[in-house]
Order: sequence, then structure tokens, then C-alpha cells
Amino acid sequence: MNKKKLGTVWLGGCSGCHMSLLDIDERILEVIKLADIVKSPIVDGKEMPEVDIALVEGSITSDEHFREILHIRKQAKTLIALGDCAVMTNVTGMRNYFPLKEVLDTAYVNAISNDAEGQLPDHPCLLKLNDKVMPLQEVVTVDFVIPGCPPDADTIFYVLFEFLNDRLPDLSKTKKLKYG
Amino acid sequence: MDKRKILISPVTRIEGHANISIELDEHGHVSDAQFHVNEFRGFEKFCEGRMYTEMPTITPRICGICPTSHTLASVKACEMIQGIQPTYTANLLRRLMHIGQNLSSHALSFFHLSAPDFLLGYDSDPAKRNIIGIAEKYPDIALRGIRLRKFGQELSERITGKKIHIMGIVPGGMAYPLTEDNRKALLDWIPEAIETVQLGINIIKKFMDDNEAMVQSFATSPTLYLGTVGANGEHELYDGKLRFIDQDGNILQDHVAPEKYLDLIAERSVNWSYLKYPYYKPFGFDKGFYRVGPLARLNVCSRMRTPLAQAEFEIFKLLNDGKPVHGAFHYHYTRLIEALSDVEDAQRILNDPQVTSLHIQHHGRWNYEEGIGSSEAPRGTLFHHYKTDETGKLKMVNLLIATGQNNPSMNRSVLEVARQYVKGSDIKEGMLNRVESTIRCYDPCLSCSHAIGQMPMVIEVKDSKGIVVKRLERY
Repeated sequence: MNKKKLGTVWLGGCSGCHMSLLDIDERILEVIKLADIVKSPIVDGKEMPEVDIALVEGSITSDEHFREILHIRKQAKTLIALGDCAVMTNVTGMRNYFPLKEVLDTAYVNAISNDAEGQLPDHPCLLKLNDKVMPLQEVVTVDFVIPGCPPDADTIFYVLFEFLNDRLPDLSKTKKLKYG
Repeated sequence: MDKRKILISPVTRIEGHANISIELDEHGHVSDAQFHVNEFRGFEKFCEGRMYTEMPTITPRICGICPTSHTLASVKACEMIQGIQPTYTANLLRRLMHIGQNLSSHALSFFHLSAPDFLLGYDSDPAKRNIIGIAEKYPDIALRGIRLRKFGQELSERITGKKIHIMGIVPGGMAYPLTEDNRKALLDWIPEAIETVQLGINIIKKFMDDNEAMVQSFATSPTLYLGTVGANGEHELYDGKLRFIDQDGNILQDHVAPEKYLDLIAERSVNWSYLKYPYYKPFGFDKGFYRVGPLARLNVCSRMRTPLAQAEFEIFKLLNDGKPVHGAFHYHYTRLIEALSDVEDAQRILNDPQVTSLHIQHHGRWNYEEGIGSSEAPRGTLFHHYKTDETGKLKMVNLLIATGQNNPSMNRSVLEVARQYVKGSDIKEGMLNRVESTIRCYDPCLSCSHAIGQMPMVIEVKDSKGIVVKRLERY
């Protein structure tokens, strides 16, 4: 059997879903028997190549994330939204209730620990924040979702293992399906 | 003359999103370097209007790697608002979970993210220079690293049922006790965990011996240091007072209550990073560089809490005749000394007869308008500061995060290494990785820092007026 290619990406989120992925512990060795991890924050890989499965954590918060998710969609046969931020923006989307300028000013201008000489981050090297944070499916077609904040390691492993064996996972059977 | 700018990004194998730009002068020498942090989520604003008691549940979502440190700083701020203290047993359980998080984070940093450089070499094939490459070449080491991290995570799971974004740390104590079965199961891990940390210490010491020149060259500029210490100056992660030292080890501030953090620390926003630049206020922005995290904690503390860690600490202290050790590379070594302390301390706590007591929570209610809490995250001291109205709704939230405090020094360290290793526009993969490795020394958890960071590798050629005249992208 040909080994599959797996990529994992972290967009706007806390990395907790990737930490939960690492919580599959020794089972990572089973995963790498079936797949090459060609792109992930835990390996040295720069841009998403063509993959069979892309696991995407986090929301779309900026122009860069927007560009990246379109690229990932092109490169991935199966795109999985990993965790509540990717699925429905979760805590990352809580800033949607406020105008972006107020959110930025609170941190960079008005914070009680700030001195008086600060500047707003607006350098061309920085990504531009979107006014509203979006979940993945607002921008691209998502093939499968794993909710949870974070989803627990058993659920992530189950979904991954099923896809790696060309089966469609059924989360209703795992009793692990939950938000939050 | 054209200025060439090299942008390395994303810096993989750090837990966060960042990129580095290196500016070359017309002769191809490095003239400046900047560490851009590139994400922002806005917790300070969107928590306004919520009840303060929600904060220990919301704020762990700042970071998936140090969620427990955020929960603890948060819950301590809540306890100041209520004017209560947690029970003895609750403090034991919190310590256990916090130790667990520190251990799993340090195991991740060392075995998963940094050991590939030490065991496989900085110039080895990038496709293999990761934990999976280690698993192929040194399966026993990879498995041990994975299991050490697992033990750390289990210290939380066996108490609260969850490894990440744990629930159950509440104002006044804990919502869950530790069962006797779980206490025994955790104690069973101790011998293996100590062996694995000692294996890590042997790896890093051998690497330091074999690569002395390189280790010495890693960003050695002196800075101030901040860390939390216990009542007798001992190493402390959960609940102590602040100590600042200068570059020679003189104590500048000692046993300062975390509530006074605004007297000691100010921050400045810069236009090229979403990560602010904190500094030691009495010395000002230009001279107030300070560092936090494992290297800082071992530089500021007078001793470790446990015997094996103390023995290793004494060896560490010899590196600079008892004075602070400045080389950023030693973050790796100090992380492992802390890991040793973590395992020994977990054993001590698990053997405390009170650890399984059911007296785990004091009950309080809103009493005061303001609360400040701190804790030592794996990457350093963090502060949560809340102000509420008389109904307990948050009017102000200020978060000062661990990685943020290393930001000015990380930036300067990158410049130092870039000057040593990057010459001209002939950039080899091994050189780029060395710059990235510098950042990795600090193990920045950029997720936190913006609550906080992300990029593609881009080479921008800018003319003297800053106009991009050529742009190359390399993936």
C-alpha cells in the first residue's frame, strides 16, 4: 500500500488541538507507518504540498490565513477542520462582537502596563487582521469536522486512523463527540 | 544602494507562528534583524463585560501549551477579588497539575522540537530533522520523550479528566479531588520519568561538550532576569514572590508581591510585531531588557527544591562561577534541570497524606473590585490583572505573557546569531536553521504572546527608501 501524505496546519488558535494531536503519544508511530507527515508545526516543512489529508486547527483571522486556507484546499484531497476554532471560531471568534479598532486599541494603546510611546502594529511584514474571524467552512468546503476544545486525543486518532485506512469515520459511535 | 531583506518563515518547530527578517547592507553584511510575531486574538477586549469567574475557563484558551499557568494566574486574580485562599489540598493538586504542564512542555521542547538538532545535526536533512527522524534513528529516545510528555499530561488528566484546557480549578480551590487509584498510578511513573530526564541531561551535556564553540556563540548578551522565588529564595513555579537580578547577579528587587508588577514592568507596542516589548521600568526601555523562563528562574533562584535537581543546579552554577549564565543555548539545559525538579516534586506531593483529601474548596463571593494573579509558565512569569464593577463584571483585563517578556532579547539574539552565521546573500539551509534554532532556544509559545502569531519564506529586496524593488518567495 502506498503511504499517504498528511499535513497539519495551525491558523488562528491556541495550538491546543495540535497538543491534543500529540497526546496520541506512542500511537504517532502507528500513524507514521501509514503516512508521511509532510507539513506540520512539529516538523521542518515550509508550505503545504499536495496531501491526502490536511488537519487544520484555528480560525481564519487575517489575509494570510485566507490565502493559506485557499492553498490548502487546492492541495488537500481531504480537509479536516480540527477543533472548535476551525469549526465555528470558538474563543478566537469572541472578538467579532467588537470593532477591530477597539480590540487593537485595548491591547496596544490603552493597556494599563503600556508606556506612552507605543505604536499600533501596522508594518507591511505583518499580516492584516480581518474585521471578523471566520470558521473554515465560510471560506472553503470542509470535508470533515472534529469538534472539541480541544478534541481529545482518542477522537483525533480514531478519525485519522479511519481516513488513513480509507474508511469514513463515524463520530456518533465514539461517544466522544462534544463541543467545548 | 539596495538593501536586501531576508525573511525566514514560518519558523517551524517552535510552538507558534513567527518570522524573522534579516536586513543586509550593501556589502552583504547583516545590518539588522527583526523577529516578527504575527497573530493577535484580543482577549483583553473581548473578556470585558463577562463575569470574572469565567476567566479561569476562558484564559487557558490563550495557549494550548501552557493553559494551566493561565488558569492559575487567573484563579489567583479571582481569589484576590473574593479575598479567599485555596485549601491546603487544593494547593497540592494545583501544584501537581502545574508541574505536569511544565514537564510536558519541557519534554516537548527538548525531545520533540530541539533534540533533532542535537542528535541528527543542524545540517541534517530537513525532512528528517524532527521527532519522526529521531524515532527512525533512535527509537528508544523518541519513545521515552513521548512518554515523559505523556506523564506530564496525565498529572492533569488523572485529576480533572482532561489533559488540555483543564476544568476544575476554581476560585477557592479545586472542583475535583485525586483518587487513591490515580495517586498510585501516577507514583508508578516516577522512576521512569527520572531516568528519561537524566537521559536528556546526558544528551545535552554531551552536545555542549562536543560543540563548545558553537554553544558559547549562541547569543550571549547579558540581560536582567525575572523569576518567582519561594520564601527562602528557592525555585518556585506556582506561588511565590518576584525577584529581579542584574547581569552580574545582584538582586535588584526581592520578594515583591506580584500585585506590584506595574511598579516593576512597563511595555511598549512596536509597529513591526503583534508582540509588545516589556521592560524593567526603573531602567527604561533602552536598558531594561530582561529575560524570563527556565534560564531566568535558575539564574534568580538561590536553590532548587529537590535533591537531584539541586545537584545539577550546582553544576549549572559553575558555568559562570556562580554568576548568571547568559547564553541562550542554556535554556535547553535549564529546562531539563527544571524537569528533574518537576518529577521529584511530583513524587513528594503524591506522597503527602493530604493529597487525596476531599477538603478541596473554600467558598467565597465577590468582595473587591480588583484582582492580580501570577504564575511561572514553562516560558516564564505571566500576569493576569482584572478590574470589575460591583456586580463582578469585568471592566478591564490586562495580560502580561511569558514569551512577550523574552521578545526584546529574542530579537537581539537573532541579530547576534545572524551576524555570525549569515554572510552575504548566499543563504544555505543549515544557516537558516541556525537562526531559527536561536528562536527555538527560547521555546517561544507565541500562541500566548498574542494571545498572540504566522508566514511564508519571502526574500524582499528593498532600496534605501524602503521600496520593494524585488520579491522572491521560497517554499
